[in-house]
Amino acid sequence: MGMNTNDNQFKQWEVFIQPRSGAPYEHAGSLHASDQQMALQNARDVYARRSEGRSIWVVPTVSIAATKPEDEAEFFDPAGDKLYRTPNFYKMPKGTTGL
Amino acid sequence: MSDEMMLKQFQSRIDNGEKIEPGDPMPDAYRKTLLRQISQHAHSEVIGMQPEGNWVLRAPSLRAKKILLAKIQDEGGHGLYLYSAAESLGIDRDEMIGQLHAGKAKYSSVFNYPTLTWADIGAIGWLVDGAAIVNQTMLAKCSFGPYSRAMLRICKEEGFHQRQGYEIMARMMSGTAAQKEMAQDAMNRWWWPSLMMFGPHDTESVHSSESMKWKIKVESNDRLRQRFINRTVEQAHHIGLIVPDPLLKYNDQTMNWEAGPINWEEFYKVINGDGPCNHKRMLHHIKYHREGGWVRDAARAFAEKQQETADTSIY
Repeated sequence: MGMNTNDNQFKQWEVFIQPRSGAPYEHAGSLHASDQQMALQNARDVYARRSEGRSIWVVPTVSIAATKPEDEAEFFDPAGDKLYRTPNFYKMPKGTTGL
Repeated sequence: MSDEMMLKQFQSRIDNGEKIEPGDPMPDAYRKTLLRQISQHAHSEVIGMQPEGNWVLRAPSLRAKKILLAKIQDEGGHGLYLYSAAESLGIDRDEMIGQLHAGKAKYSSVFNYPTLTWADIGAIGWLVDGAAIVNQTMLAKCSFGPYSRAMLRICKEEGFHQRQGYEIMARMMSGTAAQKEMAQDAMNRWWWPSLMMFGPHDTESVHSSESMKWKIKVESNDRLRQRFINRTVEQAHHIGLIVPDPLLKYNDQTMNWEAGPINWEEFYKVINGDGPCNHKRMLHHIKYHREGGWVRDAARAFAEKQQETADTSIY
């Protein structure tokens, strides 16, 4: 489009924020930036204006590998019949304490 | 998978209350409707910064100026969340902005009205953001994951927008006769455009039935509008503002405030480009988008140089 010859929307980044000390980083959203520094500053300005976090990761979107919707069965079904991986699978003798 | 089969599976996922994610199979019309709606919503957030920006330099106190700046910064951020949600459907932000500049994409017609006095900033926060919140709370329940998540975040942040607007109105209504007159004048000018924000009546709405079936919308235009009217009329009366609708009356049976007829001729006139500020809003956006070009060029050149340095430093 002739009107936008100056355009450069920059590459896309994914933003992860750690809400408080010791908490896991959570995906907050995405943004555009030309380099790491701009990505971090934009992430602060856009996703952490109200003390939402104490630390930020930014990752170029193209660097993220993701499963596809059609992978769901292959990736996640195998866990369905393995309830023995969870504590409640096991029957404890009546009156057992501390377990 | 046949189209018919895909459509059936898609509908059953929607009916089960599942969220649709960007990579999932979806009917082309679902994708197109979302793209149109989300990009229009994004453009509205960004264009909506202009009428408020008009008062940053003239805000009556430092407190008011800080609040207004924070609100405008939020609107820019909300535009970004929404552009990101649209991008997840495979469109570039550049392309959406190109469509806006070419007049192919619309934005909410309410932003084509001017902000003549400081009371307009109060009326926008209270009425325009108030109407937006009613709509967006509904959209947070929509079936498309990225749109729904963006709405949740926006609703959380906009809580203060409406309250700061009502505070401005309430303070003016407890002020001098001139201040009261100014607040009432803003109310008179923003009431009807706010009701129009919910779109045409359910009987006239072009996109509604398919959007409801696919849960892009989960409540109808008229229902949302009524919810807004009920809340807002009470708030207006509470601070002594008169709702500029001589036919407005309370219905004891339905417990609704029933509004008089909306001037749809004006709505379509403004939507189709003939509002008080359409031309100005678009020229402003194009001008500053172009003038920012050198900043983008410089940032890109800097990033390329950094990349070169990083590449050679390996050896």
